[in-house]
Amino acid sequence: MKKERKKNLYTLAAWTWSWVATMAIAAFGPMYIWDDHSVLTVLAVAVNFVHGILMIFANRRLFNNFDELERKIHLESLALTLGLAVVVGLSYSLLDTTNLIGFDAEISNLVIFIGVTYLVLVTINTRRYT
Amino acid sequence: MKNKLKVLRAENSYTQEDLADIIGVSRQTINAIEKEKFDPSLPTAFRISKLFKLPIEAIFYFEET
Repeated sequence: MKKERKKNLYTLAAWTWSWVATMAIAAFGPMYIWDDHSVLTVLAVAVNFVHGILMIFANRRLFNNFDELERKIHLESLALTLGLAVVVGLSYSLLDTTNLIGFDAEISNLVIFIGVTYLVLVTINTRRYT
Repeated sequence: MKNKLKVLRAENSYTQEDLADIIGVSRQTINAIEKEKFDPSLPTAFRISKLFKLPIEAIFYFEET
């Protein structure tokens, strides 16, 4: 079980890093590497998309390898994170559309919010059961 | 739900890590079951019962709080 866990964890880490790297290439490549060549840009976005899908499958494999308590901890954290992401995300968007904030509501802010919320909730839930 | 897991584990000289490896769960799960913070699934309860050669109800029992 532990060997499989390590293997799944390293696979997820590898796909996550490659997804981030291909995201950076797709974001900055058109400007700094291939001078807005549309075919290369489409290719870079497609490669990034495929890496994202593979990262999701790696995450699913890790999740299926969790034992019952770990699943409970992660499921509770995911449920709260999803709810908060929808509510906070839409409120944030409303603040933007009603011009109550002086800047554009960026999707990256929501992604950071989701990541931090999930991390905090997993930590809190893990402590609850120890 | 209450249980006698900690006592049984001590009687059989298993560490939490040993028991976790045999049952196929994490050490944290064994710890949470012993502290009665988490109720195990039926398959896990059956594995524990098989290991200690005791019926499930001799290890786990329900107490109204």
